[in-house]
Amino acid sequence: MKPKIRNFHQAKWDEPIIFELSAKGERGILIPEVEKEIEEVVGDGVSVIPENMIRKKLPALPEIAQMKVLKHYLRLSQQCLGADLNVDLGQGTCTMKYSPKINEVLSRSCEVCELHPLQEESTVQGALQIMYSLGEFLKEISGMNQFTFQPGGGSSAIFAMVSIIHAYHDFKGESERDEIVTTIFSHPSDAAAAAVKGYKVITLYPDENGLVEVEALKKAVSNRTAGLLITNPEDTGIFNPSIAEFTEIVHDHGGLCGYDQANANGILGVTRSKEAGFDLCFFNLHKTFSAPHGCGGPAVGALGVTEELVNYLPVPLVDFDGKKYYLNYNLPKTIGKVRGFYGVFPAILKAYAWIMSLGGEGLKEAATIAVLNNNYILKKVKEIKGATAPYAKGRHRIEQVRYSWEQLTKETGVTTEDVTCRMADFGFHLWSSHHPWIVPQPFTIEPTESYSKDEIDEYITGLKKVVEEAYENPEKVKNAPYNSVIHKIDHSTLDDPEKWAITWRSYLKKYKIKG
Amino acid sequence: MSPQKNGKVHPYIPNSVPEIKAKMLEEIGINSIDELYADIPENLRFKRELDLPEPLPSEYALKRHVEKILSKNRTCKDNTNFLGGGCWQHYVPAICDEINQRSEFLTAYAGEPYEDHGRFQALFEYQSLMAELVDMDVVNVPTYDWCQAASTSVRMAVRITKRNTILISDTVSPERLSAIKNYCRPVVTVQMVNHCPKTGMMDLDDLKSKMSSDVACIYFENPSYLGFIESQGQIISGIAHEKGALSVVGVDPTSLGVVVPPSNYGADIVCGDIQGLGMHVNYGGGLAGFIATRDEKEFVMEYPSRLFGITRTTVEGEYGFGDVAYERTSFAHREEGKEFVGTAAALWGITAGVYLALMGPEGMQELGKTIMQKSQYAMKKLSEIEGIKAPLFESPHFKEFVVDFNDTGKTIKDINTYLLDNNIFGGKDLSIEFPELGNCALYCVTEIHTKEDIDHLVQALTCLTQGEE
Amino acid sequence: MKVKKLGLIINPIAGMGGRVGLKGTDGLDILEKAVRLGAKPWSQKRAKEAIDRLVPLKGKIDVVTYPHEMGEDVVINCGFSPRVVGTISVLTTASDTKRAVQDMLDLDVDLLLFAGGDGTAKDIYTAVKDSLVVLGIPAGVKIHSAVYACNPVRAGELAALYLEGKVKKVVEAEVMDIDEENYRKGVLSSKLYGYLRIPFEERYTQRLKAGSPITERYNQEAIAAEIIENMSDAFVYIIGPGSTTGVIMEKLNLDYSLLGVDLVYRKRLIGKDLSESELLERIKGEKTTLIVTPIGGQGYVFGRGNQQLSPDVINHVGKDNITIIATKHKIHSLHGRPLLVDTGDRALDQHLRGYYRVITGYRESIVYKVV
Repeated sequence: MKPKIRNFHQAKWDEPIIFELSAKGERGILIPEVEKEIEEVVGDGVSVIPENMIRKKLPALPEIAQMKVLKHYLRLSQQCLGADLNVDLGQGTCTMKYSPKINEVLSRSCEVCELHPLQEESTVQGALQIMYSLGEFLKEISGMNQFTFQPGGGSSAIFAMVSIIHAYHDFKGESERDEIVTTIFSHPSDAAAAAVKGYKVITLYPDENGLVEVEALKKAVSNRTAGLLITNPEDTGIFNPSIAEFTEIVHDHGGLCGYDQANANGILGVTRSKEAGFDLCFFNLHKTFSAPHGCGGPAVGALGVTEELVNYLPVPLVDFDGKKYYLNYNLPKTIGKVRGFYGVFPAILKAYAWIMSLGGEGLKEAATIAVLNNNYILKKVKEIKGATAPYAKGRHRIEQVRYSWEQLTKETGVTTEDVTCRMADFGFHLWSSHHPWIVPQPFTIEPTESYSKDEIDEYITGLKKVVEEAYENPEKVKNAPYNSVIHKIDHSTLDDPEKWAITWRSYLKKYKIKG
Repeated sequence: MSPQKNGKVHPYIPNSVPEIKAKMLEEIGINSIDELYADIPENLRFKRELDLPEPLPSEYALKRHVEKILSKNRTCKDNTNFLGGGCWQHYVPAICDEINQRSEFLTAYAGEPYEDHGRFQALFEYQSLMAELVDMDVVNVPTYDWCQAASTSVRMAVRITKRNTILISDTVSPERLSAIKNYCRPVVTVQMVNHCPKTGMMDLDDLKSKMSSDVACIYFENPSYLGFIESQGQIISGIAHEKGALSVVGVDPTSLGVVVPPSNYGADIVCGDIQGLGMHVNYGGGLAGFIATRDEKEFVMEYPSRLFGITRTTVEGEYGFGDVAYERTSFAHREEGKEFVGTAAALWGITAGVYLALMGPEGMQELGKTIMQKSQYAMKKLSEIEGIKAPLFESPHFKEFVVDFNDTGKTIKDINTYLLDNNIFGGKDLSIEFPELGNCALYCVTEIHTKEDIDHLVQALTCLTQGEE
Repeated sequence: MKVKKLGLIINPIAGMGGRVGLKGTDGLDILEKAVRLGAKPWSQKRAKEAIDRLVPLKGKIDVVTYPHEMGEDVVINCGFSPRVVGTISVLTTASDTKRAVQDMLDLDVDLLLFAGGDGTAKDIYTAVKDSLVVLGIPAGVKIHSAVYACNPVRAGELAALYLEGKVKKVVEAEVMDIDEENYRKGVLSSKLYGYLRIPFEERYTQRLKAGSPITERYNQEAIAAEIIENMSDAFVYIIGPGSTTGVIMEKLNLDYSLLGVDLVYRKRLIGKDLSESELLERIKGEKTTLIVTPIGGQGYVFGRGNQQLSPDVINHVGKDNITIIATKHKIHSLHGRPLLVDTGDRALDQHLRGYYRVITGYRESIVYKVV
């Protein structure tokens, strides 16, 4: 079937803010009654709290009957375009692949939901086995020696890496190392996390090919370098072939190398951290390994290190003594904790199940098809008037591409934000890029392995349509969206302290509305 | 590169179909996928196959495999659980699970406030509902957990006051203390403040002696990690404010139906965990942190996390949402960057919003009251057992309390092993974290514990202390 | 809600030289030559392209302009009913531009659109400095000043966004003074003339995922803090022209010349607005560090607006003692193109090529290519 443009309209409920649904006296749920006998023994229970600590004025939460609450949130959910519902290629760097439903089902079972993290180890051998096994899988996939799932996301894993780098040099007594090197296409958290630890940050910029040159790195690295944090392939989808030389240079100066593998989806089974010379690396279980994104978490940044750095990892590790699994707190140089307990177990389970479903060959197939899909799109997008793929002229990309609408903007005045808004009218997302926009008017597409050719063609057809409109009738694109949930947002209030309202009560106060 | 060894295409990889693959290769103009990896040098190629277990591509086989492993777990459903310590077992309303299972929310991520309007509204509502609970005007989109929320809160205090030392109460959770220390090292100095051994509450003289104009804030938790309610909050905040320092309080939001929120006793920054508001225990996976402050630009400017604000659209009466962002116009001496932000725990935030909407003001009050009553009942009954004292600290407690087993002559390990045989998960062994307390354990009683459950615990412990020996 | 006021000034003779191979039209004799060669006024056409983009705002903004070819004709042609002020004679000159912009200032316009070239930008600056928010519609031959939008259509659109309040941020942009004589001989020598304020090109709707955005000023102050913190008593500091370097002097509480080269030693001012020879005299025998920032939209570190930093001066300082500072905005406006040097000495230019550590903030630097 030839890809069509859908006559799409998103669900639009014009749903009030939850407080507006309140009706005095309504109850959403009742909690268990306290047994009379207990009441007889202890009284009302609250009087033991000192007078000044008792809450007298109840929180002004809304009072809403149960079905109304359900309806409200279901309507909100309909006004949200999850990856399960659309051809989600347009959220570049996010790796919006299929989160298998069987894994959801498994993670909702009692044996996952109703486990308390402080339970005796003998009662949670199943959970510990899964965590240990996933660790073993990732060791093989990356070449690192030990993994932890404690960090609650990629940025947290980055921070853990920086903490380990810091502790490492601290233990060696080399506190004059006060610089971290990263690149402009790496995640902004690389620089931000380094700054939390007090490091100076040196950011490398690429050459005209979108690659950071060895010469640039050499200018940045010295005996003040604590470490290098880099993503490869970068968000442009370009793999830096000099990566092993990079790590060598940093090591020659006594620094450590941390690998942000948020973009691992195209290279599973193809190339690894270890051979590239990295000391630390992390994966996003909610990207590459199929755990769902959840609107922005919960998530896991699975952090792996070489043998030398194992003792610095956050405690505890999940270990196996041949007979049973256990939590190992015996890490003499541990950085401590980066998050409570051991990690988001449901996400760990889903990643485990995903890998078990595919196996080694399947992982590689996923990677190579993701790359195939991406290069297929690259070819198609380059044919679209007004779109360009800066850098790496004539070369293939790995799993995503950063494109530019600069030409479109010059010729029609339509910007990347305008295109994004109009794409929403066809049921698509389109993401620009992290700020700063090095590539002007950027847009980033990452197909992953999950979408079929006809779905990809549908997305391309959508892009083409919007571009056509941009040339014929730019105003139409600029005033989009029309078929989405709401219309053009007025952002002007959001940077003015007098006008912004981060909560409903703040909104009522500032705009003098009766609640 | 070929599909599965059995010749079948994997359901998760549609374009693995050989004909489709070939067509796509043709359209790209290459002969094999390998050409696409041209930029990866030979010496970096992984030459062998990944050594992973034999795959289970059939869904049924996968299900059985995973269920078999999971069946080795004993759960809080089949056992009576008295563990707390930063993760608590509360009742999770069915609607909470219903909403956070919806595909639309489960698989959304970073779309615009147009096609993902529902996500923005749900999170704005969460911010707003939490704001009422904590009685403050600004609440952030959730961060990873309480450890992160507390760490960021104290660094915010450091940035706002431009001072490099923080004071922490020594009765805060050891996990949070560890995380805060790592987060502060080496830029910020951490100093501990003692507690009174009798009540557990902060030693105000010690606080006064350590508070100075070099201190950015005092951080304490209420209820404490050890369960007691800190009723000197107003005085503590006063001591801090007098020296220009901030009062940062970590709070368990399930207590705020009956215990006054920290903003009412001088807290400037409030943080905590929302796990108890609609998340299952999840082996520790249900955590999500919050940070709340007043709506003053000095505070709002310092949040690393996203803050969603409500605004208008081009259509009258329509709500829109976007990120609130205040522009920094002037650099202050030695100013530090704004930490990092990334994917954290948004779905749990939405869930907490649903929970609070269901509970309403009465529900939260009843929840608090119920927990007070049940935990007091437990403490009373436990104290009736010879050799056991509960609570250890002479203060009112909320939900959790320290049980002193020193006079039983038994270690917590042995006690908990015995309880396990009786299908009870006994309280957390505190003898390693707080050695000065000796054989003590941290017990947690919530609204889910029936009188029967508590009596069962009491019976078992009675048998243990009086039975054998 | 106060109705926004847009001012429009067109330099009617801008651009006439280019079409017939002349470089610029400053000077009556050149203009006559251009007219004789058949040059038609094309600033009208360019201005119309820009004003056309503002048509959707008709009725929502007031337009103020000068008579006939200085704006009135184009504005009416586009369908607006402007307020026309001032008087002009048949042949307009720089003084007409200056009078017009002064009138616009008096009338309190929210934005001044002007069509012209470097000369026009210079005239505006001379008349009112940076007291107005302005935006240039490129219509001249010489466009080295960064106050111009990349084309008339964008100028119109950006103006519309600014007047609608969708773009709020304003950023400084260099006004360059190109030496006319030399330019016509094919030699480019430019001076930094001043800074005008223009609406910030990048769309306001930055949905930032991390905290609060920062202004240009904030960045400049952060850079200054970093430089000052690391200043050594052993070096004499040559501070090049520009507003970014200027902030360093401000933070040191020193008098300084925005457009000239100053000398600092042990955080005291020891030379202000020095010429090349004065500079060489003063730094003879001294260990020097040169703090320089790229001037103008093309990213020239040497060769545009800081000619006092001659090859002799640079050679004295030595490549290793050159500290380049730039705000991230400046770097990103290059859209990936390298920084440039044009000292006049080819061999020196070659020597200076390579990667440099550029200071971009407090405890923040980047490694960027200079060619």
